[in-house]
Amino acid sequence: METMINSLDTVWVLIAAMLVFFMQPGFAIVEAGFTRSKNSANILMKNFVDFMAGSILFWAIGFGLMHGSGNGFIGEIHLFDFSFFGDSNIPVECSFIFQTVFCATAATIVSGAMAERTKFSMYVIFSILVSTIIYPIEGHWAWGGGWLSEMGFHDFAGSTVVHTCGGVIGLAGAIILGPRLGKYSKSGQSNAIPGHNLTFGALGVFILWFGWFGFNPGSQLAASGADNARAISHVMVTTNMAAATGGMTALVITWLLYKKASLSLVCNGILAGLVGITAGCDVVSVGGAAIIGVLCSAAMIGSVSLLDKVLHIDDPVGAVSVHGVCGMLGTILTGVFATEGGLLYGGGWSFLGVETLGCLVVAAWSFVTGYALFYVLDKWKGIRVEPRIEEEGLDIYEHGETAYNS
Amino acid sequence: MKKIEAIIRRTKFDEVKDALFEADINWFSYSEVKAIGQDRQDRIYRGVMYSTDIISRIEITIICRDQFVQPAVDAILKAAHTGEVGDGRIFVSTVDDTWSIRTGEHGDSVIADIK
Repeated sequence: METMINSLDTVWVLIAAMLVFFMQPGFAIVEAGFTRSKNSANILMKNFVDFMAGSILFWAIGFGLMHGSGNGFIGEIHLFDFSFFGDSNIPVECSFIFQTVFCATAATIVSGAMAERTKFSMYVIFSILVSTIIYPIEGHWAWGGGWLSEMGFHDFAGSTVVHTCGGVIGLAGAIILGPRLGKYSKSGQSNAIPGHNLTFGALGVFILWFGWFGFNPGSQLAASGADNARAISHVMVTTNMAAATGGMTALVITWLLYKKASLSLVCNGILAGLVGITAGCDVVSVGGAAIIGVLCSAAMIGSVSLLDKVLHIDDPVGAVSVHGVCGMLGTILTGVFATEGGLLYGGGWSFLGVETLGCLVVAAWSFVTGYALFYVLDKWKGIRVEPRIEEEGLDIYEHGETAYNS
Repeated sequence: MKKIEAIIRRTKFDEVKDALFEADINWFSYSEVKAIGQDRQDRIYRGVMYSTDIISRIEITIICRDQFVQPAVDAILKAAHTGEVGDGRIFVSTVDDTWSIRTGEHGDSVIADIK
């Protein structure tokens, strides 16, 4: 089958993989900017660990569990071997590296929700488990020939598989950790803990936006021929449109609600649109993408308020709302706006039902496994740092070096 | 020998600096200070409204001979004035003695306030 390999497709997927890799610094700098400077080295280190551990472990067993034939629930263990996957229009190693960067993205989302109070050692263990168990198994359901893909579940680039998974695990972690010291006053009032550098936050969002141009259009896994060329171009446009309407929606809503155009929520709004469009970027129209961006951004703002002010779950960077909530909503909205099979285009309820089922099941899987693993780790050694360490910053006590030195 | 401490708006620092040079004060130290007062500024961060009572100002410290005090104070009063609440304060106090670390001299002669 060697002759089937298409150079143009390969180059395109490799470039896309590089762009998705570049989302790692995007996440790192968003999370660092939205948290306090005393924890910056810790946040940066966690993002490195996610990618390093993810790269090694996805090679070791994750790729096999996700894409091995196995059964409908789980793939097979192919220790340090990805050759089973075989060449398609792109070489096997091209497929492998593209899947690796996706896996690392799922793991890295979690760190934001758990920022500023998690023991580094426990986080490392957890990151390993995300890359070897939680992500590959649900990834197998949707993308590896598992039971969800058999049902016709469509998640083009990972609203559910990557973002809902990461966001919901973050929710489980944030619940078990509890809020940061000083986040809630004794009367239960929510206090703002402003991030130390919104310039970093905004730069990180721009980088993520840029990286998404690999995340979504790259998931076509091909570029040659008129059909693929049209498809990746269409996906690029829908991706960008949802980001733009997502950001604009946050701008308008915060301006109306708070009388101020709030940069911090516009940053989240752009990401909400991007996460939301990821599932259906290839099957919705540009108008549909615009509406998905609006709805996801509005849902994100509602979810941020709900978590923060009502449920008192402390998510420093908004990972649960942006990735968890918008990932699910975007997947469901794919069932509504898909031009073929979508509810609004006369496709009836069946596709919408499958989309809804898929994202709910993946969310439930991620939450239950994430919660269970955090619970066990917490009972075993405790996953939260001592109050004194939290007050003075994780950088000094966990890493012995600070991000900013005069 | 007197010490003048003036808390002024950050935005007025350059004007005050120039005015002090004109009043023959050619050496002073300053620092950024944070103050707590009645003034509240509304802020919003990721959907949470809060107000901060932290006020940022610049504090200028001048050590000078007695005859320079009034010109310096007048210069600050004029240059740092906007008429809005929060223009700041000036404090004048007596300094008993001063030493030059390099030469070991002390007294009025070590103050470099004469052009």
